[in-house]
Amino acid sequence: MAAPAETGGRDLRLERVTKRFGTFVAVDDLSLTIPSGSFFALLGPSGCGKTTTLRMVAGLEEPTAGTILIGDDDVTNAKPYKRPVNTVFQSYALFPHLDIFENVAFGLRRRGGKQIKAQVDEALELVELGGMARRKPAQLSGGQQQRVALARAIVNRPAVLLLDEPLGALDLKLRRQMQIELKRIQTEVGLTFVHVTHDQEEAMTMADTIAVMNGGHVEQMGGPADLYESPQTTFVANFLGQSNLIRAAVSGKSGDDLVLEVHGQKVAMPAARRASGTDDLLIGVRPEKIQLAQPGESTEGFGSNALPGGVVTDASFTGVSTQYLVRMPWGQELMVFAQNLGAAGLLRPGSKVDLHWDPAHTFALDGSLDANAGVAHEGATPVPVG
Amino acid sequence: MSAAQGIGVGEQQQLEDDQHDSGSSAPTQPGRRRATPYLLLLPGMAWLTIFFILPIATLLSTSTQTRPEGAEIGVYTQTFRVANYTDTLSEYATVFARSFTYALIATVLALAISYPLAYAIAFKVGRWRNLLLVLVVAPFFVSFLLRTVAWKQILADEGWVADALRTLHVLSPDGRIINTAPAVVIGITYNFLPFMILPIYASLERVDPRLMEAAGDLYANALTTMRKVTFPLSLPGVVAGTLLTFIPAAGDYVNSALLGDPVHTTMVGNVIDSRFLKVVDYPTAAVLSVSLMVSILVLVGLYIRRAGTEELV
Amino acid sequence: MSKMRRWLGRNAIRIYAVIAFAYLFVPVAYTLAFSFNDSGKSNIAWRGFTLDKWKNPCGAPDVCPALGNSLKIGVLATLIATVLGTMIAFALARHRFRGRTATNLTIFLPMATPEVVLGASLLALFLNLKINLGFNTIVIAHVMFCISFVVVTVKARIAGLDPRLEQAAMDLYADEFQTFRRITLPLVAPGIAAGALLAFSLSFDDFIITNFNSGSVNTFPKFIWVSSLRGIPAQANVIASAMFFLALIAVLVGQAVTAGRKKQKA
Ligand SMILES: Nc1ncnc2c1ncn2[C@@H]1O[C@H](COP(=O)(O)OP(=O)(O)OP(=O)(O)O)[C@@H](O)[C@H]1O
Ligand SMILES: [Mg+2]
Repeated sequence: MAAPAETGGRDLRLERVTKRFGTFVAVDDLSLTIPSGSFFALLGPSGCGKTTTLRMVAGLEEPTAGTILIGDDDVTNAKPYKRPVNTVFQSYALFPHLDIFENVAFGLRRRGGKQIKAQVDEALELVELGGMARRKPAQLSGGQQQRVALARAIVNRPAVLLLDEPLGALDLKLRRQMQIELKRIQTEVGLTFVHVTHDQEEAMTMADTIAVMNGGHVEQMGGPADLYESPQTTFVANFLGQSNLIRAAVSGKSGDDLVLEVHGQKVAMPAARRASGTDDLLIGVRPEKIQLAQPGESTEGFGSNALPGGVVTDASFTGVSTQYLVRMPWGQELMVFAQNLGAAGLLRPGSKVDLHWDPAHTFALDGSLDANAGVAHEGATPVPVG
Repeated sequence: MSAAQGIGVGEQQQLEDDQHDSGSSAPTQPGRRRATPYLLLLPGMAWLTIFFILPIATLLSTSTQTRPEGAEIGVYTQTFRVANYTDTLSEYATVFARSFTYALIATVLALAISYPLAYAIAFKVGRWRNLLLVLVVAPFFVSFLLRTVAWKQILADEGWVADALRTLHVLSPDGRIINTAPAVVIGITYNFLPFMILPIYASLERVDPRLMEAAGDLYANALTTMRKVTFPLSLPGVVAGTLLTFIPAAGDYVNSALLGDPVHTTMVGNVIDSRFLKVVDYPTAAVLSVSLMVSILVLVGLYIRRAGTEELV
Repeated sequence: MSKMRRWLGRNAIRIYAVIAFAYLFVPVAYTLAFSFNDSGKSNIAWRGFTLDKWKNPCGAPDVCPALGNSLKIGVLATLIATVLGTMIAFALARHRFRGRTATNLTIFLPMATPEVVLGASLLALFLNLKINLGFNTIVIAHVMFCISFVVVTVKARIAGLDPRLEQAAMDLYADEFQTFRRITLPLVAPGIAAGALLAFSLSFDDFIITNFNSGSVNTFPKFIWVSSLRGIPAQANVIASAMFFLALIAVLVGQAVTAGRKKQKA
């Protein structure tokens, strides 16, 4: 195996990296540590600086300020060909005049490696393109080209592999298939993958760690479940999945629980899940965590938090679940996903309902944050917060 | 980038510009030498400076020279006689007018021939497209002088074209085509056809046929579709083609010399040629050359302006 | 009757195309036909069919030396113009520098200047500097008017190149020179070849500028011009016809090859 094979244990670190284009700040004082061997996803809305970040790591763009380290080596100003980093470009960027074999062999040849043929064959086997070595890129389908781009990068065993929306151009089915394949390859070869994507589901299923970016900085970083269950900002709460954010004020404590006042009702949540020290809070509950009960109906087994007095304004059946919009007495519309268990009938718009959920499913954010941050990406209309 | 940074910005800024403006691939590298573009430009630009700009300057200087009293033939000294221009231009005004008239007629004819042909090749011939394109260019693989000589034979008094036209009484019994203005215009039109056809074809080829279908779908008839959709979209090709035809046509003298009459169809090119090479009257030839170049540049400038801003219909 | 008219209406443009093609090919047919003319010194009237001229294309005095000069000048001028023009094209397409506008203007002007003016002005310079006219001055002149065409052709090709390909090469450990040699150059090569072909055909067929700057050196177009006064030998037609067929075959083969490649892809 070529030299960079022994790069195990070299973390990728970005320290206070800033990139300005003229006066426009594309990446703003970004610090990240990506542990060696991890599958790291950069997630964020269009234009938030994901590609720019990758290009700086690859050496295709120079940071205006800050340092980029791989292990202990400062590569901030190193030329792209001097870095143990390879990129799978969004558009693949396969060399049209070279066949598949030569495309994959390109990096090995530049470094004067030995046993090129064996390595290339192995890489092509890994992406299941063994028989296509002598074809030209134009003779492959989109998915096959994508796998060549992948093989061309991983054959070099870089310390870090950068993937810029590599699945963006594929149809849904191929996309799912390639996601599984990417994950398998990553586990097999044990490289550090930094994967940029728009698609939150993709990030959640594939990555060990996700960094949610917004406006050139990282909003929150963590494991997929961690990010989903305990978002730290309204942006993350809305961008990853959907959230009901409701104004609340701290009114006391009861054991390990925090007691909150929400539009005249008392609700509880574990004090440890409070992300902000302020007393003015936005509490969040995911729509699928809420259960609906019609007044007078048994609420046995439902969570102990309750907000009564809702009216169903819209119900849409999607198969696995039914999505309800419930207008609360203070005017806000909350979203509730009811799993389709076949037992309960559909609630018609106009039905009166109470909302119930488990206190442990509540998270609390700083009340001064914009409750609609990160919403627009789903095409949803911003919800007025009461 | 703030305006204050001006042109003398630091290396880094310069390189950033470089990348964003031209979509250049090279990554920003502090070490890249600023001298590279100049080294690349140096030999070629030196060649053009010495053998194009300098000669034009020499021509300008020659145009105001005069022959000293009693000097040998071909000896001129610089006297800055601007009146050379008024003298020469008044003497050759008709020749100038004739050159531009011929060039204009030939350009219009070439456009009339080329546009439908390019259109047919682009949209009406299916898989024969590439072959026909080759056939369009093929005649121009034959030496242009020989082609012009062939026209001389075709249009000759005893040739079949003249015979046919006499029979049809288009031409009087002693009428002729060769050595007349129409013969010269026919030759010029023919000569520069590929310069007209190829740019028009190139721009038509890029027109998405679905746009024309869309126009038809929106109740435009064939003519309206042509006028409102196809033609405007192919305008860049038309502009390029007409320029590439008009410029060489205005300066041509081969067609006039081979197909025309030495007195009545003389063009500026003929005069420049004979003043320079036969009469050794350099200042007159220089005045005519400079005037021809300047008037063409002015016309071209006006034309590009108009084509760029208005619809040119 | 109305059926006929409808047919005409639908096929008007095709009929027009046929007529236009006739116009294009009549002079070519003449040139080809008269290469078989059993003519004497002058080749104006038809005297009967013969293959003699094809068997002995150098039979007429001066034809072949003139052709040889044209080929030599064409190759040399093409070589120089292609190298210089390609360098300028790279500078313009890939670099930012002061004087870009002036450079663009200097490239554009020779194309917007009639050939007589180019020829006459260069002659004025050579006369002033007392430079002897001949082979070298022809090459100088041809390079001068070919450069711009090479620049325009190559620049268009570079502009059409996806910059990410070069970035990918650098990402894959190719330094600047290797990237240029392995990626940029092979991908720009068709543009350079097209520029070179254009330069060669312009140089080979040029008469006006050559006539001003050739002194006593003969070229093929100049030979035709000079002998057009006393009669062009049929050998000139033979050579022109042969060049015509060679070029035609080369282009058709080239097309067939690209078409074959496309089919393979599909
Ligand atoms: N070369 C450049 N010059 C000026 N601005 C740029 C340049 N490249 C990127 N930007 C700006 O920087 C911001 C971040 O761009 P970047 O390409 O990193 O976004 P992204 O997060 O990858 O978005 P997407 O998901 O749409 O690909 C954008 O607002 C973009 O307009
Ligand atoms: Mg991007």
